[in-house]
Amino acid sequence: MFDAVFTRGSAAFIPYVMAGDPDLETTSLILDALRDAGAALIELGIPYGDPLADGPTIAAAGQRALARGTRMGDAFELVARAQGNGSPPIVLFTYLNPVLQYGLERFAADARRTGAAGAIVPDAALEETGELRAVFARHELAMPLLVAPSTSPQRAARIAEASTGFVYVVSRLGVTGANQQRSFAPVREQIAMLRRLTGKPLAVGFGVSTANQVREIAAIADGVIVGSALIDAYASTGERAQSAAEDVAALARTLVAATGRTAAVDTTR
Amino acid sequence: MLRSTPDARGYFGPFGGRFVPEVLIGALEELEREIASAFADAGFWKEYAAALRDFVGRPSPLYRTERYAAGVSAVPLLLKREDTNHTGAHKINNTIGQAFLALRMGKKRLIAETGAGQHGVATATVGAKFGLPVDVYMGAVDVERQALNVFIMQLLGARVHPVTGGTQTLKDATNEAFRVWAERVDDTFYVIGSVVGAHPYPYMVREFQKVIGTEARAQCLDRYGRLPSDVIACVGGGSNAMGIFSGFVEDADVRLWGVEAAGDGVGSGRTAASLGAGSVGVLHGSRSYLLQNDEGQVSETHSVSAGLDYPGVGPEHAHLKESGRATYVSVTDAEALEAFYAFARDEGIIPALESAHALAFARKLAAERDANDLVLVCLSGRGDKDIAQLRV
Ligand SMILES: Cc1ncc(COP(=O)(O)O)c(C=O)c1O
Repeated sequence: MFDAVFTRGSAAFIPYVMAGDPDLETTSLILDALRDAGAALIELGIPYGDPLADGPTIAAAGQRALARGTRMGDAFELVARAQGNGSPPIVLFTYLNPVLQYGLERFAADARRTGAAGAIVPDAALEETGELRAVFARHELAMPLLVAPSTSPQRAARIAEASTGFVYVVSRLGVTGANQQRSFAPVREQIAMLRRLTGKPLAVGFGVSTANQVREIAAIADGVIVGSALIDAYASTGERAQSAAEDVAALARTLVAATGRTAAVDTTR
Repeated sequence: MLRSTPDARGYFGPFGGRFVPEVLIGALEELEREIASAFADAGFWKEYAAALRDFVGRPSPLYRTERYAAGVSAVPLLLKREDTNHTGAHKINNTIGQAFLALRMGKKRLIAETGAGQHGVATATVGAKFGLPVDVYMGAVDVERQALNVFIMQLLGARVHPVTGGTQTLKDATNEAFRVWAERVDDTFYVIGSVVGAHPYPYMVREFQKVIGTEARAQCLDRYGRLPSDVIACVGGGSNAMGIFSGFVEDADVRLWGVEAAGDGVGSGRTAASLGAGSVGVLHGSRSYLLQNDEGQVSETHSVSAGLDYPGVGPEHAHLKESGRATYVSVTDAEALEAFYAFARDEGIIPALESAHALAFARKLAAERDANDLVLVCLSGRGDKDIAQLRV
């Protein structure tokens, strides 16, 4: 499923959006807009009230979605609907506690049934992923694991080995959040180190927001993940679903262009 | 016998572990190594003991109450007086220990979360003592209800950051501290205020609070020639309780009681009793009991006492509960307030609202005990910080 996502010679654009923010209908429109804009893979966040890996933008998006009553089942419905609309693969982004309470087996079965390609669980550190990986593998779901700048090379090797789909390269110390100022020069070394350890695709995220930054990363990595900047782009639009989706799409098109890969326009639609 | 040391992955039975984003794993491993080296170093404990003696004012007294339980029981009710510590609560035992570790590790600043403000004050105090800058994260609601402690922290040179996300209480202050730590993980030491968080925090904090139980046990034997029949402590995250319990956990005849904050009542939906009304889940880095809904969203909690107003509980307490070694009960806001006023009037000691929960249960339990028993209560802190809240 990931072979088509990560192709040689250009980087995959991987947007992150939050299910249920500002509401489910709008999220659905945004998913379609991202498909049209050329997203290679989409991360769909499942709202959680205590997200330790997320900064203010995504934490607030989660709060808004929860305030709207968004539930785990709604996220699965969004996935199913997007698959029906010819979406690129969708990977869920969630935290461990909601998965445990939903039931690990039930979560994996529903993810598979609705067509999700996998799930990222950022607070499940490598040592705690054993059971998750076994269940996900049985349901043929990918589980990309995260590598941070503070991860030692020995540990990075074990994480890369256990990771499926791709390796999620956290580009900086800290949490998610847009940062237009920063340079990604230190990521080069991190990528070079990981290339020596694994042949798996490397997708870089956390703090990527501008076209220049996307260009910089696309030159060295297999994928670029952008979340907070997209959420900022539609958060100001408020309740107007169609314009929210258009705002996201406009930014997404710019960022896709910066990857050097062109949007695969589906002429049958 | 119950294992009192967590296993290699930081588990007490099925509880504990290390559930944090990858960016923090290196720092936790580094802390684990430092603890192993410090705890094996007699010089470290000597320095710690000297600071407890000369700066904190330990050993704290063991004091027999005169009137508070007299109406209901002849059983001697003993207090372990953590309220006499410098800064007014047990929290300082822990922050001194963590500050020594921070210095050993060459960290440049301290951060902390706080609910009642006692842990923030204790961290600000050791920051001032050791010359380390301190940033304290505190829910905006708590900033309001514990205004005196905010002022004290600022006086001590700490920066207090009100946290406006989520429920604006201790839970969200903790989330924020974790996020800030992730950004400055290389030069910052996160001083956690209770036996919660990812391994090795629950273990480390307990080891620093163990002094409460070790002293109390020796004082009991010395003064009464026997051990207490019952040991009672309030449980927020559970550090004062783990501290006093660990002095007695291997004495099978000593009954251990943890008192949670019921708020309006355990079944009311407005409660902070994680062991009483919660279920097993993962929060703030470990697997334990927590208050949550069926989708795994952490619940809003309520307690009149800011220091107990937390949806989780330390993993070792979950283990003590499930193994049956300790029993967990709860006390409502109304019962705690009643105990607070009665205790102040009867004993000339104003207890922290947190401690008043333990005192309310102690009087109930004392009624079931006879004169040959000894009931020991951890008076975790003094109530000055709560007076402004109660006057309005
Ligand atoms: C006086 C006092 N007692 C008890 C507590 C609860 O913490 P723990 O359960 O970790 O002892 C607090 C927390 O702020 C406190 O200030």
